[in-house]
Amino acid sequence: MAIISTAGLARTFQTKHGSVEAVRGIDLTVRQGEILGFLGPNGAGKTTTLRMLTTLLKPTGGAATVAGCDLVRDPAGVRRACGYVAQSGGVDGQIGVREELVTQGRLYRLTKARAQQRAEELAAELDLTGLLDRRTAALSGGQRRRLDIAMALTHRPQVLFLDEPTTGLDPGSRADLWALVRRLRDEHGTTVFLTTHYLDEADALSDRLVIVDRGVVAAEGTPTALKLKYGGSVDATLQDTFLAITGRSAAPADTAPVAV
Amino acid sequence: MLLHDTALIYGRYARQILRSRFALLFGVLMPLLYLLFFGPLLTDLPLGEEGSSWQVLVPGLLLQLGLFGALFAGFMIIVETGQGVVERMRVTPVSRLALLLGRVLRDATVFVFQAVLLVLAALVMGLRAPLAGILIGFAFVALLTVSLASLSYALAMKVRSPQEFGPLVNAVSMPSMLLSGLMLPMSLGPAWLDVLSHFVPFRYLVDAMRDAYTGHYTSVHMLYGVLVAVGMTALSVTVGTRVFRTAGA
Ligand SMILES: Nc1ncnc2c1ncn2[C@@H]1O[C@H](COP(=O)(O)OP(=O)(O)O)[C@@H](O)[C@H]1O
Ligand SMILES: [Mg+2]
Repeated sequence: MAIISTAGLARTFQTKHGSVEAVRGIDLTVRQGEILGFLGPNGAGKTTTLRMLTTLLKPTGGAATVAGCDLVRDPAGVRRACGYVAQSGGVDGQIGVREELVTQGRLYRLTKARAQQRAEELAAELDLTGLLDRRTAALSGGQRRRLDIAMALTHRPQVLFLDEPTTGLDPGSRADLWALVRRLRDEHGTTVFLTTHYLDEADALSDRLVIVDRGVVAAEGTPTALKLKYGGSVDATLQDTFLAITGRSAAPADTAPVAV
Repeated sequence: MLLHDTALIYGRYARQILRSRFALLFGVLMPLLYLLFFGPLLTDLPLGEEGSSWQVLVPGLLLQLGLFGALFAGFMIIVETGQGVVERMRVTPVSRLALLLGRVLRDATVFVFQAVLLVLAALVMGLRAPLAGILIGFAFVALLTVSLASLSYALAMKVRSPQEFGPLVNAVSMPSMLLSGLMLPMSLGPAWLDVLSHFVPFRYLVDAMRDAYTGHYTSVHMLYGVLVAVGMTALSVTVGTRVFRTAGA
């Protein structure tokens, strides 16, 4: 069953220097419980697509449903169904971890007591219990990411959108985050839609890849199928496959750890 | 739900300001300096208005405090946008109006608090005005703050960088202050200046507040002041809420 489906989803920005076609028409479907890697070079339109799918941004063309709710007609339904972690995260450094978690629960209309209880539950689940009374600015990069994800899981969403969740994390924290994503899917059946420009990450974590370039889907399939089709053999590196699809590498070499 | 959400957002930002008590007090420092060093200059000047010079100066200072403070409120949301806090809240079901109201009501509370401190200081220095007039004055400061802070947040969500926001706000605030007679009554100046100032909405607020401070609660000035204050507030809150609903383009 498709939990996300889009048809010709598009967004054009009007700027001082003319219009920018950030997303020119995305067609894709995501099955329930799938981990989807949304891969593409910088500026391909990944963040813009995510912001449309989470109701932050109105599409200028096409349509999409998330958990059966239409983006434009039923934004409230979409908000109930999804959690979103922006690349920048979303917590205030001066505020304590517990306070942010409780406030988030209250924004989802939990009672005060229930919100406090939920904060404890999330902290336990995401290994933040000892950090509840710290200011968020005093967390490490990996801890901050886990807090961002905890915030997005407050209302047990069916779909979790993660925008470049591991950018800037050290290798240990990246591995922890991969384990966390798999666990969310295995234990709760959560569908995870994540963007990345780390090829090894996309390869190791995703059930399926959608590669976008210049605002359209350039290729999609399992990592193995893509390697076979575009890279020439199942042993091709994803790097070569990506190059064959987009004519460019996914990210500047210095920012892309390749070894798994 | 609107009430629940507004209270929640208000609480979040009220706690934020309590964490920086220093900024809270620092905000009153500038008008206090005017009171100390500018107020005594006016004592024996013929200001062409009824009442003492303090009854002319204090309403102007209070509105000036609100004008500058509220117009710069948007800086906070530029920081928050950078941290991703605004988008994080906008993906939750929280009311968009509450995202704005919680913030601007916090701002109004802060400015009314500062206005109370300022009036207390002015009383010590020689201000005498009816209590009802002083309370009406606080209501004007609150409405002015709600309305200007709404516009400031809306603008800040549109421009997104402090480098653009700062100059824009300065370009609005300085002329508005000079043209509305916040410091000295416009009636002292030449006719063209007086006429020009009637195109600046704050002019009507100052006139109304000065009338309140001299006990004229049913004057024409008061009527216009109330109409302008309520009209500005309704318009600004509508604009601000719209931006919170659609922001991101
Ligand atoms: N708010 C905006 N206004 C104007 N242009 C934008 C805006 N957001 C994104 N863009 C442009 O749209 C394109 C796609 O951006 P984005 O979706 O952030 O790409 P990605 O996340 O894949 O790196 C880029 O060229 C970017 O500059
Ligand atoms: Mg991006």
